[in-house]
Amino acid sequence: MSDSPVLQIVDLRKSFGALSASDNVNLEINAGEIHAVIGPNGAGKTTLVAQICGQLRPDAGTIHFNGQDITAVPQEKRPALGLVRSFQITSIFPDFTALENVMMAVQLHSGHSFHFFADAGKEPTLTGPALDFLRVVGLEDAAGNAAYALSHGQQRRLELAMALALQPKMLVLDEPMAGMGTEETNHVIALLSQLKESVTMMLVEHDMDAVFALADRISVLVYGQIIATGSPDEIRNNAKVREAYLGDESLADA
Amino acid sequence: MGSIRTSVLALAALVFALLVPQILSYYGEDYLIGSASRIAIYALAAMSLNLILGYGGMISFGHAAYFGVGAYVVGIASFHLFDGSTIFGFGGTDAALLSWTLAVIVSALVALVLGALSLRTSGVYFIMITLAFAQMLYFLFVSLEQYGGDDGVIMYNGRNTLPGLDLSDDTTFYYVCLAFLVAFTVLVALLIRSRFGKVLQACRQNEDRMRALGCKVEHYKLATFVLAGAAAGLAGALNGNHAEYVSPDYLHWTKSGDLMIMVILGGIGTLFGPIVGAAAFLLLEEFLPVLFDTANLTEYKEHWRIVFGPLLILVVLFARGGLLGTLATIGGRNER
Repeated sequence: MSDSPVLQIVDLRKSFGALSASDNVNLEINAGEIHAVIGPNGAGKTTLVAQICGQLRPDAGTIHFNGQDITAVPQEKRPALGLVRSFQITSIFPDFTALENVMMAVQLHSGHSFHFFADAGKEPTLTGPALDFLRVVGLEDAAGNAAYALSHGQQRRLELAMALALQPKMLVLDEPMAGMGTEETNHVIALLSQLKESVTMMLVEHDMDAVFALADRISVLVYGQIIATGSPDEIRNNAKVREAYLGDESLADA
Repeated sequence: MGSIRTSVLALAALVFALLVPQILSYYGEDYLIGSASRIAIYALAAMSLNLILGYGGMISFGHAAYFGVGAYVVGIASFHLFDGSTIFGFGGTDAALLSWTLAVIVSALVALVLGALSLRTSGVYFIMITLAFAQMLYFLFVSLEQYGGDDGVIMYNGRNTLPGLDLSDDTTFYYVCLAFLVAFTVLVALLIRSRFGKVLQACRQNEDRMRALGCKVEHYKLATFVLAGAAAGLAGALNGNHAEYVSPDYLHWTKSGDLMIMVILGGIGTLFGPIVGAAAFLLLEEFLPVLFDTANLTEYKEHWRIVFGPLLILVVLFARGGLLGTLATIGGRNER
């Protein structure tokens, strides 16, 4: 593991009226680590993700990715740099099949979409890699199913396959386990720990079992501020964190 | 998907379309060939609208603008030839190759400018701004006194000329219109399966996701908008030729509405829906008044829309895939 941060956030601020969703956030995510960001509801986690991915512009502060200042880089140019997100609320193409969903990601990653005549559905350079990514998340059997008809857990995994198809250097995962059953959560935990070899990850998650099973480091966000960053053990024993989670037993149990 | 069945039906429809002039002359109704040309022309325009409306999910309420601009290019070129005057230093022309190419280019350019501005908005604002631009162009042409203002331009030289073909012959002209419709249908069929078409359909389904995947959504939407504008311009040029007359009515917002109705009536977001819709719309427009006559309601026949309106509402309420979707269901084809 190298020490140079892949993602470096300095003094990030974002307010919605009087509400400070990001209040001087400083965060460094190192190459090869899974860095979890946890915090109570309304702490500003999704706002932070939206700024990292360019969906929202910060009021102040900078975001560097691999040494490059990306604060002003538009959202759609960030995946090409290797910064890719998944969504908290499942965001797929419902009328496409599972395979077509991933093919779209493969196609956009290839950067060649102004092709007007060849049948995209028959291009092996699209179908081949797309099937591979479906296999990675264990969805190859559902390749031909319409995405809207997949189960919630399958859609979450499809979402992940689409993110992977962009071959990211860093994945920003916004609650990838949201609404999943235990079995599927375990499946995704196993999958993410496998991926750890090749991709740096920022993991925003409520499932504390998953967080403590996966994370190398954890940052705790409360009221728009990072109140602590450290190893899982340090976070578990941090007094400020315990206070913020006030009686939340999941931390102590994990 | 029953794609073989679709191909067979499409082929049968094409054979029928090719035989229309013979069928009409067999029944001694040759004068109806003009209606057939109109159906082909409007099917082309509706199909171009379907590209942005159905496949792209962009609800443009100003598609008649490109139809009208294309028609006016042909009308103005013809006017200057007859008049002997010049426009921008050029004389007029009635050569179809030149005139129609110009119509396509100019309407594509207009679509490029209006699209670039309109696509900055979305939802209701997009509907309103496309409508507003189209109405601006409508009033622009109304104000052009040289070209007849409200009354429009009559093409005194008749239809354009095409080497080897006599366009003033209604049957020949019908086949030319049909050829353009078939060519554009093939183009759209290829397009919607291509990489570009997939991007367009994905943008309709989930634009945010496309951005997060690194797609410059606006580029694809604009390219589609321009393509659709160009095809509508061609349809307009053909319609100007068909009627040998061009007027601001071509650009009026009710014309945009008619095109929209054709798309929805036939089956939005389907390849052949706009053709079915255009045929149904224009045939009803032609024969509903006749029906009033036979029912001894001649004094009401100008109000044929009283029947047409509820019919349209019934289709929208109960036949969600449009007429094409209903036909497919009746034909026992499986869903999807």
